[in-house]
Amino acid sequence: MDTNLALLLLLAPFLGFLFNIFFGKSIGKTASGILGTLTVVLSFAVTLCFFTRINASQEAIQIQLFDWIQISNFKVDFGFLLDQLSVLWLLFVTGIGSLIHLYSISYMHDDENMHKFFAYLNLFIFFMITLVIGSNLLVLFIGWEGVGLCSYLLIGFWHKNQDFNDAAKKAFIMNRIGDLGLLIGIFILGSMFSTLDYNSLQAAISGATNLDVTTLSIAAFCLFIGACGKSAQIPLYTWLPDAMAGPTPVSALIHAATMVTAGIFMITRLNYVFDLAPDVQNIIAIVGAVTSLVAATIALVQTDIKKVLAYSTVSQLGLMFLALGLGAYEVAVFHVITHAFFKACLFLGSGSVIHALHGEQDMRNMGGLKKWMGVTFFTFLISSLAISGIPPFSGFFSKDEILMVAFEHNKVLWFIASLASLLTAFYMFRLLYLTFFNDFRGTEKQKNHLHESPALITFPLIVLAILAAVGGLISLPTNSWLNGYLAPLFSKEAHETHHFGTQEYSLMAIAVVGGLVGIGIAFSKYLKQKQVPESDENITGIAKTLYNKYYVDEAYDFVFVKSINGLSNFFRDQVETGLSSAVLGLGKITNEIGYQGKKVQSGSIGLYVFIFVLGLSAILTFLFLAQ
Amino acid sequence: MSNILNEIGIENYIFLSVILFSIGVCGVLYRRNAIIVFMSIEIMLNAVNLLFVAFSTYHQDPQGQIFVFFSMAVAAAEVAVGLAILVSIFKNMGTISIDKLKNLKG
Repeated sequence: MDTNLALLLLLAPFLGFLFNIFFGKSIGKTASGILGTLTVVLSFAVTLCFFTRINASQEAIQIQLFDWIQISNFKVDFGFLLDQLSVLWLLFVTGIGSLIHLYSISYMHDDENMHKFFAYLNLFIFFMITLVIGSNLLVLFIGWEGVGLCSYLLIGFWHKNQDFNDAAKKAFIMNRIGDLGLLIGIFILGSMFSTLDYNSLQAAISGATNLDVTTLSIAAFCLFIGACGKSAQIPLYTWLPDAMAGPTPVSALIHAATMVTAGIFMITRLNYVFDLAPDVQNIIAIVGAVTSLVAATIALVQTDIKKVLAYSTVSQLGLMFLALGLGAYEVAVFHVITHAFFKACLFLGSGSVIHALHGEQDMRNMGGLKKWMGVTFFTFLISSLAISGIPPFSGFFSKDEILMVAFEHNKVLWFIASLASLLTAFYMFRLLYLTFFNDFRGTEKQKNHLHESPALITFPLIVLAILAAVGGLISLPTNSWLNGYLAPLFSKEAHETHHFGTQEYSLMAIAVVGGLVGIGIAFSKYLKQKQVPESDENITGIAKTLYNKYYVDEAYDFVFVKSINGLSNFFRDQVETGLSSAVLGLGKITNEIGYQGKKVQSGSIGLYVFIFVLGLSAILTFLFLAQ
Repeated sequence: MSNILNEIGIENYIFLSVILFSIGVCGVLYRRNAIIVFMSIEIMLNAVNLLFVAFSTYHQDPQGQIFVFFSMAVAAAEVAVGLAILVSIFKNMGTISIDKLKNLKG
């Protein structure tokens, strides 16, 4: 029964993919969209079943499909593990997935390849489910690669534009770098414990005598590199902003709510590995904090609405990694969930705006939209408040937990994260004011077309906004359902043990004040003074550096691409020509010998016979002398 | 009979055969006419046949005689083929001087 349910959960989107890819064109756009949505809703329903059961029983469900690989003492099964963590992940993957599918029916309706879009979305959901419910690292890896592939397909969905193709390639290649790290990490773990199953790994690690901590740390570090690729942390983050080339639903689903959290999922899954590698944990915390600040500063001056949201995503992911590095896994998971709600809502909201403006993404050409798009504006406002950490919205609780944990461990990290949060509040409201307030700055033609998006678009927005507003309830301070729910997964005591004293309240106050300060600056700058960001050529100084993203792309281009190009050119021009002239030279020499040897064959029979006799005489003489 | 043989001695037969063979070789090497070359080859073959016969007589072994018949038969067949080739070459080129026959040139 469980097996069948799990297979239904997993295969429904896959069947949707197959159907849409082969017959989607013939059944029409709306039908294929509805079908694609239904499969995900079905998965969501099954997930709900599992969730209620696990929430009640607190018992993980193990499902063994078949033995996959068996070599002497190394064994990998193809199986699923449905426990608190994976079901939690499934809930928001399939739940938000369903909403975004619904949204896409309307959003992609003018696209000729809508059935293909839904096929890819379904395939993505299928792989994401695989990633989440696999019972061992190899099944996780299948899903990991699969979502990477779907991400590539969907970023480059409008493949007629070469820039979009480049963005897709960039995402794919950067992820490959991370995947290599993940693979090496998996190999090391496999060779150390000769198993890849999560439960067996945990048992092996906890039961191991004289554990080789160095090797384990290397494995943990490699796994972290994998997580860096998928979850867009320094130094592998530059693909995510470019990934905004894909259709907006893709940005919302893959590059905000689901796939980019895969790295966090993996680290949380293997918390018992990372707990034993404190050095790696420190690296993770530092990388997370730095990423959150760097991305936030870049987001301050971006003018493309989706780019701001993309950098905001990178920044929020950085905060999650900060929590992971400090060992506060459940806090990171909490932030993943709330972030999925409000970031999906923000992306879909921006999609709604772009939809209304017929593809315009530059905030300098927007403004005043709240007059026309009430629902979009309101949901956007709620989500912006949530991400800025204003109580009582969800983001306040999760972000506050992270800041608190950081404060306990390390004041510097806390300061960096707080600064990033302040900047977050500023750039989110900068976006909000530029987009929805003051006067419309676009063309007359656009102005006449302005309209609120249809119900299929606004419905997911409303649902997500509600979730973004109340999502914090799952883990209230001192009364956290989530921490209790996740407790069986972690060896360490949850961080919720601290009582609430003045320090906690003052930290909260600082965080809220920081958020309000950010909002206030944005308010005075963009609403009161009605400033609009300069056009590209007038940006100078620090803003220019920020606007150009610290020139990281250029640096990468210079260091890696240029140097490798130089190297390959050197090999092409020098080494290869040398080699090929050597080879060709051999051929030439052989040819020359043949040409000279040809002259011996004069065709004169007399000469032939003479030489023949000479040879024979020589042989005879030799034989005669040899006696 | 045997004393005559002893009187002559096998080495004289060998000398004769070597002389004949060398004449044949020189004929092949120095003459330009294909027919003459053929004849020289026949002389070489006959020199060897002579050796065969001499040895078989002196060693009381009939095998040599049989070999001679074989080599004669082969030589006859070879000459038949060779002459046929020469005739057709002459028809084509109007000469059988082996200096002119350079069709095997590389």
